[in-house]
Amino acid sequence: MLTAGIDVGAKTVKIVVAADGRIVDYAIVPAGQDAQAAIEQAWGKLKTKAEDIEVIVATGSGRKSTQRAQGFVTEVAAAARGAIALFPEARTVIDVGAEEGRAIKIDETGKVLDFAINEKCAAGAGAFCEAMARALEVSLEEMGAMSLNSTGKVAMNAQCAVFAESELVTLVHNQTPKPDMARAIHDAISDRIVSMVRRVGMAEKVALIGGVAKNVGFVHSLNGDLGAQVLIPEEPEIVAALGAALLGAQDKYAKTAEASV
Amino acid sequence: MAEEYWRWTESRWTDPDLKWQDAKIITAGVDVGSVSSQAVVMLDGRLYCYGNTRTGSNSPDSAVKVMNMALEGTGLKIEDLQYTVGTGYGRVNVPFGNRAITEIACHARGANFMYGPSVRTVLDMGGQDCKAIHCDDRGKVTNFLMNDKCAAGTGRGMEVFADLLSVPINDVGELSLKVEDEPPPVSSTCVVFAKSEASGLLREGWPKEKVLAAYCSAMAHRVFTLLERIGMEKEFAITGGIAKNVGVVSRLEKELGVKALKAKIDTQIAGAIGAALFAKALVEKEGKKK
Repeated sequence: MLTAGIDVGAKTVKIVVAADGRIVDYAIVPAGQDAQAAIEQAWGKLKTKAEDIEVIVATGSGRKSTQRAQGFVTEVAAAARGAIALFPEARTVIDVGAEEGRAIKIDETGKVLDFAINEKCAAGAGAFCEAMARALEVSLEEMGAMSLNSTGKVAMNAQCAVFAESELVTLVHNQTPKPDMARAIHDAISDRIVSMVRRVGMAEKVALIGGVAKNVGFVHSLNGDLGAQVLIPEEPEIVAALGAALLGAQDKYAKTAEASV
Repeated sequence: MAEEYWRWTESRWTDPDLKWQDAKIITAGVDVGSVSSQAVVMLDGRLYCYGNTRTGSNSPDSAVKVMNMALEGTGLKIEDLQYTVGTGYGRVNVPFGNRAITEIACHARGANFMYGPSVRTVLDMGGQDCKAIHCDDRGKVTNFLMNDKCAAGTGRGMEVFADLLSVPINDVGELSLKVEDEPPPVSSTCVVFAKSEASGLLREGWPKEKVLAAYCSAMAHRVFTLLERIGMEKEFAITGGIAKNVGVVSRLEKELGVKALKAKIDTQIAGAIGAALFAKALVEKEGKKK
């Protein structure tokens, strides 16, 4: 049976088609200003035919934007289900997206035991990294890579992306080496994510998903702060969509029924 | 070079009716914030002159610069000041300062001077923090709550929006009131999210005044929650730069159901006034002279 999960995020829309617990097809497109148009665009990029898909489940902050879904699940439920499918040994899931961060504690079946969310503050999500990369005038990939070459520690005091940008401007004026600033940026966001993880308690193994998992600098800082090596899937952005697709296979959803976590 | 919409007006002023040569006690207060700095000189506890400028990258230099700005044209020199109290984020870096006192205490004291002994709740909306302060009839602090971690509800947040919309920051308040119907607010908990929401609204064709209304509304709500947590006790007064923004103030008053006392003095100098008054009290009580 083919099922699909649609994850309508703040920055990107992801669709995963799953069968027998595995990914068979997927697409990622920018969300842009029109979520519905982005969803249709992503749908068009799939190799799978729409009529072959039996159940569609939607998740993400914009999940109600699509009329295609038979059911909806929260991002926490979707992230947990997707992570355990890829990493059966995971007991903590860290999901850092463009605008939200989540720390989820799960059992061996992927059932959610506890979770903490940051959805109010850009400094605990990808928006922070983007703002900093702009201030440093480098791409996100460059910023991640160069932070690994840092030789000096620089303090970043600001907890807020807006203040951190001003702080960066001062550091740039003082000719602080870019790798050191990049390192400080990743340490700062890692710090915030780890304090969120501590609220639910860390149990190994730890899986890291969401777009920010692609940032090698952030991963390096996170591993250091956690004292553990996080498990990262090949395509970290699509894990919640995978989870939604798998949840669609477990129960048949009545139209617009909201699944409980 | 891009126009600097965030640049608010710097200013200085001298009371033409006072003569410092006749004064017994000449004290000064310097408030060095992360965004702006103010210096105030008082003659026997009366406001004589002040300066208000943007803080540079160097705190001590900013303190000297704003003090000289306040003294400009008066004939008074820094050496003539009997006692100077520094406050604000850069308070320990005032080279000619005799003592540092926290900005919470100074804002309460300054608000008491500016608005009178009936003030019990002071909302200071500064450059990079906002504070809700409870005080007694002598301007002494009885309780306070502060957000200094986050740009929401601060001048920096407003600067970001002025820049985004290419509207000079001094015009933001008036312009935001030119809407027919109040739009729903954008994110009140995060300037970064509010900014991306606003970009989307602009793309949808919202006029500038509507977007500004949504942001002023968000900012008003943000500080409202701060006041809610500490409790509102009348009379209510606002200090700091955003007090000059009628768009935020009017919406906050509406949400509170309470009107703020109106100031006749520049609201940004409240901290420096409080500092100068503390300096006077120290001169009197402890007979401290330089």
